[in-house]
Amino acid sequence: MRRVVVTGLGMVTPLACGVEETWERLLAGQSGAGPITRFDASHLATTYACEVPRGDGTDGSFNPDNWMEAKEARKVDEFILYGMAAAIQAVRDSGWMPQDEESRSRTGVMIGSGIGGLSAIADTAVLLKERGPRRVSPFFIPSALINLVSGQVSIRYGFKGPNHAVVTACSTGAHAIGDAARLIQWGDADVMVAGGAESPISEIGIAGFNACKALSTKRADDPKAASRPYDADRDGFVMGEGAGVVVLEEYEHAKARGAKIYAEVLGYGMSGDAYHITAPSEDGDGALRSMKAAVARAGLDAAQIDYINAHGTSTMADVIELAAVERLLGEGASKATMSSTKSAIGHLLGAAGAVEAIFSILAIRDQIAPPTLNLDDPAVQTPIDLAPNAARKRDIRIALSNSFGFGGTNASLILGEVDAG
Amino acid sequence: MSDIADRVKKIVVEHLGVDEGKITEGASFIDDLGADSLDTVELVMAFEEEFGIEIPDDAAENIQTFGDAVKFISEAA
Repeated sequence: MRRVVVTGLGMVTPLACGVEETWERLLAGQSGAGPITRFDASHLATTYACEVPRGDGTDGSFNPDNWMEAKEARKVDEFILYGMAAAIQAVRDSGWMPQDEESRSRTGVMIGSGIGGLSAIADTAVLLKERGPRRVSPFFIPSALINLVSGQVSIRYGFKGPNHAVVTACSTGAHAIGDAARLIQWGDADVMVAGGAESPISEIGIAGFNACKALSTKRADDPKAASRPYDADRDGFVMGEGAGVVVLEEYEHAKARGAKIYAEVLGYGMSGDAYHITAPSEDGDGALRSMKAAVARAGLDAAQIDYINAHGTSTMADVIELAAVERLLGEGASKATMSSTKSAIGHLLGAAGAVEAIFSILAIRDQIAPPTLNLDDPAVQTPIDLAPNAARKRDIRIALSNSFGFGGTNASLILGEVDAG
Repeated sequence: MSDIADRVKKIVVEHLGVDEGKITEGASFIDDLGADSLDTVELVMAFEEEFGIEIPDDAAENIQTFGDAVKFISEAA
């Protein structure tokens, strides 16, 4: 089977626009949470979230004008804007720019989203009701469609290979990277730009997740303390937004052009819970089977895993995943470090898996595990090091990144130093 | 230049992101100003909004240049 490596990274997160800017703040223990500023949230049960910092583009702020022309940006929902920004960063970082038709047709895009243009749909529904169908914009549909991140990226760069988009709720980003890697393994493409994007911080987004009792509600006085995975006092996840995109490349293709190689995609596993629309199965069976499938695909022993970037949303489900990881690692549990970076950036839904895969790659690169913030009073005892409140310097050759989504959809990625497997 | 022409020009600049100098009477939205078919639909909607008029689909099809737009709106408004 052809080998797949990661040669480019890009992200927009609530900590910063940019990979290194985000990573530095993550390791420093900063949180991206704060009161919602995007709209008046005072009437909602949750009034805080992790918003992408807006600004002129300096000091890690996100400036839409740096990524799309104003006249084009006007025609897309924010998730597409975030996805474009992350994709442009990743493509630049990779140095890959096909110069001929054959290379262009061998370069594809697979960037998904959990919900897509939720704000565009909500706003247009109100417009339709208030002012009638003739006021509906011709750009409404292409601004809201999930696969239009992939579409926009392909149009910008002329990437004519497979053009696809994953929609698996909070597993989207991980599935996109795993599925795109498979396309390269099978020879459908040599290079894939893959990841996820999401912009759910809107009145309808917060109200909807409040209604399914998924969000933290009781920390309006201290939003930075709200996302607290594994802590006894956690009360739901904190909504995030942004995008994560990687450039995946067939190993020989990357070597031949002298590309910088961050890591290899060693394994990818999937499973379905077949249990409940929003809750994971209590025995953690779905999570465990997903992780086991990834380990088997990588041809590894689970005890070789050094770092796990957990799904860990700061909900009751955290301990279900934790127990499943303990079972997966067995004797190796006491040697592994596992952290939830959602403690710092919140839950980026369809972008989460991609952003967290990038954190896992950087953990391998820099030999350091990012912290789990706000873990003051662990809900359960575990032999696994959860890196509470401080980044952990340690050997990391192989990392596992988990993502689990509504509907019981699970994805696990195993990333490693090239030749770690 | 008439007030209508100024207002139409402002909308075209905003929506198509083109230099004002390029917007001459005979300038075609699609051939000269970089619009696609969706942009022209949105332009017509913006004209309707700005001038409080309704531009039927068959009339909209005949609005291909800046001059066409100003002429139609001057007659309708």
